[in-house]
Amino acid sequence: MKKLINDPAGVVAEALRGMAAAHPGLRVDQQNKVIYRADAPVAGKVALVSGGGSGHEPLHGGFVGLGMLDAACAGEVFTSPVPDQILQATKAIDAGAGVLHIVKNYSGDVMNFEMAAEFAAESALEVRSVVIDDDVVGRRGVGLTVLVEKIAGAAAEQGRSLSEVADVARKVNAGGRSMGVALTSCTVPAVGRPTFELPETDMEIGIGIHGEPGRQRLPLAPAKQVAEYLLDPILADLDFTGGDGVIAFVNGMGGTPLIELYLMYHEVATILGKSGVRIARSLVGSYITSLEMAGCSVTVLRADDDLLKLWDAPVHTAALRWGR
Amino acid sequence: MGGTVNVESLARWIRTFARDIAANQDLLTRLDSAIGDADHGVNMNRGFEAVVAALDKHRPSNIAVLLRDVVATTLLNTVGGAAGVLYATFFLRIAVAAGQERSLDDLAFAKALRAGLEEVAQRGKVAAGDKTMFDALAPAVEALEGALAGGAGLSAALRRATVAADAGRDATAPMLARKGRASYLGQRSIGHQDPGAASAALLIAAAATALGEASG
Repeated sequence: MKKLINDPAGVVAEALRGMAAAHPGLRVDQQNKVIYRADAPVAGKVALVSGGGSGHEPLHGGFVGLGMLDAACAGEVFTSPVPDQILQATKAIDAGAGVLHIVKNYSGDVMNFEMAAEFAAESALEVRSVVIDDDVVGRRGVGLTVLVEKIAGAAAEQGRSLSEVADVARKVNAGGRSMGVALTSCTVPAVGRPTFELPETDMEIGIGIHGEPGRQRLPLAPAKQVAEYLLDPILADLDFTGGDGVIAFVNGMGGTPLIELYLMYHEVATILGKSGVRIARSLVGSYITSLEMAGCSVTVLRADDDLLKLWDAPVHTAALRWGR
Repeated sequence: MGGTVNVESLARWIRTFARDIAANQDLLTRLDSAIGDADHGVNMNRGFEAVVAALDKHRPSNIAVLLRDVVATTLLNTVGGAAGVLYATFFLRIAVAAGQERSLDDLAFAKALRAGLEEVAQRGKVAAGDKTMFDALAPAVEALEGALAGGAGLSAALRRATVAADAGRDATAPMLARKGRASYLGQRSIGHQDPGAASAALLIAAAATALGEASG
């Protein structure tokens, strides 16, 4: 294992210390491993909390701030946060307008957020949960999570009610699909060796974001071919033609340079164009990662005028900022 | 009349399990690397190290305090993932079943385990054959109940439960995973033992070691 760390057991806590030092606009609770907007709770605003295992940075902590999340709970690497963390975050950001939990569809995440929501209900807090399951292979929560956090965050910032913000998040989840490919495995610091072995000549199609093997191992192919492998199942799953177009998102898994992501974006845009899908907005970069895994995921989201306006609304977080 | 299972023997069960988890941490992680995300051994060991530290500090007055306040709460807040919630849920439900008692007789203990098992199934939305910890736990509880009903003592009944748990664990290998991270692999999950079933089999074996010895 070759990593810039001090102690495998301290990786999450030490990275949070760095987040706090680098971003004075954030408040970091080291004890509970929660990253807060410094101005939370924001009076009158529906509050958004998400969280999940660490190792997906910048997700979720990098998306805390104006126009996105109010709090992000960091679990151990690839392990969901625990109910107590989520409950603390929920209590701390509630400004009386209710709290939305954004949960990626993994059994651990779902169960821990469920228990936290049950505890919150006992404390008379109003909590709604939206489970993100955009992966066409296994209905996991992957790339679309970033778009949900951006768009629902903007809806909350506009002053919409808890049920309206939850509806926006559900609409995004219903209209988006993703699929990923891995060129290498990755190494969980506490384990010290790669999660699986992948020869130079092969790739894994249908991966998630936890270094787990995918649905299928295939010989490595040119980017043009890989883009088809990723987009064909997405386009078969949902009709993306018509409407106000789509938001197309090419995401790096952590170990793939931007030059390759842009090359992939070109292939994705070409296929979408040929398929009669109009791209209204795009996002290219590594926003939801699997440690140092090489590879990418493609997310396509059906957008209407409301979603596009929410997408364009100002955002100011560590990893995503525009319009301000 | 005092029951055959008491606060002290239950604490011994937990400590035995913690020791076995530590000894098998690498095996559990290897199993999880094949079909999951390589963290089951690490997470369980972190959780049960914390539980043992909590046991060293507290002297629980009854079973509920031991299994709820010391064991379940610690697991819930240190393990994370599905395993943290499910193991915590299991012990929490046994604590509820035990109430304020300091000891349980054989049948009450079996009934508490049954309640814990059902709560795990409900929380995890799992059924037999999904390739999860349930596939080791369910046959174990069934074997325990059957042996006790047939007149066996707790020690013999737990030995039979261990055999059933091990068989249940081994039977997960050819299964197609329908729950948890392994389910994303589809057909590729076939041929690998489920790490949750493996740790659950250790839990039952630890019960036979720690609870069986005193009751004969």
